[in-house]
Amino acid sequence: MNWTAIAAIYRFEMARFFRTLMQSFLSPVLSTSLYFVVFGAAIGSRIDQVEGVAYGAFIVPGLIMLSVMTQAISNASFGIYFPKFIGTIYELLSAPVNFLEIVLGYVGAAATKALFIGVVILITASLFVDLTIAHPFAMMLFLVLTCVSFALLGFIIGVWAKNFEQLQLVPLLIVTPLVFLGGSFYSISMLPTIWQKITLFNPVVYLISGFRWSFFGTSDVPVGFSLLAIGGFTLLCLGAIWWIFKTGWRIRA
Amino acid sequence: MAAILSIKDLQKTYEGGFQALKGVNLDIEEGEILALLGPNGAGKTTLISTICGITTPSSGSVTVGGHDILEDFRAARSLIGLVPQEINLEPFETVWNSVRFSRGLFGKPRNDALIEEILRKLSLWDKRKSQIKELSGGMKRRVLIAKALSHDPRILFLDEPTAGVDVELRKDMWDVVAELKRDGVTIILTTHYIEEAEAIADRVGVITSGEILLVQEKEQLMRQLGQKQLEVQLVETLSEVPDPLRTYGVSLREDGRALIYTYDTNAERTGITALLNEVAAAGLTLADVQTRQSSLEDIFVGLVSGDNT
Repeated sequence: MNWTAIAAIYRFEMARFFRTLMQSFLSPVLSTSLYFVVFGAAIGSRIDQVEGVAYGAFIVPGLIMLSVMTQAISNASFGIYFPKFIGTIYELLSAPVNFLEIVLGYVGAAATKALFIGVVILITASLFVDLTIAHPFAMMLFLVLTCVSFALLGFIIGVWAKNFEQLQLVPLLIVTPLVFLGGSFYSISMLPTIWQKITLFNPVVYLISGFRWSFFGTSDVPVGFSLLAIGGFTLLCLGAIWWIFKTGWRIRA
Repeated sequence: MAAILSIKDLQKTYEGGFQALKGVNLDIEEGEILALLGPNGAGKTTLISTICGITTPSSGSVTVGGHDILEDFRAARSLIGLVPQEINLEPFETVWNSVRFSRGLFGKPRNDALIEEILRKLSLWDKRKSQIKELSGGMKRRVLIAKALSHDPRILFLDEPTAGVDVELRKDMWDVVAELKRDGVTIILTTHYIEEAEAIADRVGVITSGEILLVQEKEQLMRQLGQKQLEVQLVETLSEVPDPLRTYGVSLREDGRALIYTYDTNAERTGITALLNEVAAAGLTLADVQTRQSSLEDIFVGLVSGDNT
């Protein structure tokens, strides 16, 4: 394993993050604050508790997941797409590194950025609502796994994309709807019966449910299912990336 | 000397069906400078890209320092530094970080002293803290070289290193190449500029339509294929070549004041003495005599158009 190369890629990617630190930091703080103003204060004050949790607190795990997933995808997809776009990918392809090392570097950096933003949102949220975390260790595990798995998905999107429009397409048309419809702002028990069934096909439901369980001890689906879902999703993405590098699809002519 | 790079029957056909390499065989010796000449689309860049791992070969094999580029890619690629044709650099990163990244990517431990030495050698030291987007085109090209040198490669590929570079910088780059050669680095460069090959190469390879036409010592190539022209300038003005001289294949310069005789420098007898005797016998008075060696460019044009093959 070429650990020096992994560290080099990781550091290079993180440097991009630190160059725009204010933007990286302020953007999630501002959007989270806005969500709390709108959903927590304006709307939430008219909603009773959801599953025994104040609505303002109830939406915190979903809000964190929403940002973490989109940030992990956009950072990882941009991270690998940009070298393709400007041509610096030649260096990566001609270096003595294998696919796992490249993925660890890029995905590791994208996941770190997403994790950072997740923690920032958590801290911001705790300024607005009373938060107690029932299972802190599980909370971190879900958070890290989500960062990693969605960064893997982002990496695949970055390799697949042929232009900037495609780069935005999957997050915009697939991920954001799945996250919004995945119980970020509601419990699926609040849905009509038929939608409760349909929504179980949305993989994000399992992630948000598991993550929410780590905060409040209650969940829409069993926690084991959530772990299985995120583990399976991670493996699926890893398999796809392994295939990409084996065949050189959209990377190596 | 041992071959540091060995290419055997290398073929590359792209997805669209275009065959860019049609069975290339080439051995490159350690420490030499090989210039690969060829017109656009000849397969120069594909050859380099395949050796370096950017494109995958369709068939054939390549070993670098005895390591197969596919089966033992880590060892093979560790020996190679690549300076691509296009200026591909992360625009927002600093020169220093960009070069340091390259060293790390090749698995080499941090060595600030070495990077400083490389940047100084390439006149980039003052620009080390500048973002790459702030640099001129020539400076960016130097950054590409610095990146390629950052991990101590034994073989350096320079893909059209001086394309679009001004004369002064081109000469500077030739100096850098000469210095690298002194350090024992094997250099393979592709170029459009024949004068570049003529100035710095030990051997010259000519590639066209995905095939290597020849690889030869530059001096030997010029000797073998090179022709010389003798220009006999006259006091008189002639309207046509005098009869006795016609058998020599002599032509008359446009202004009629000189006879031009083309001869092979390798021939046992060049025929110059006999020709000059005939000139004297024809009663012509010599004003001056000049000879001109054909350049690599003449040879190259002749080869690619099929005159000498």
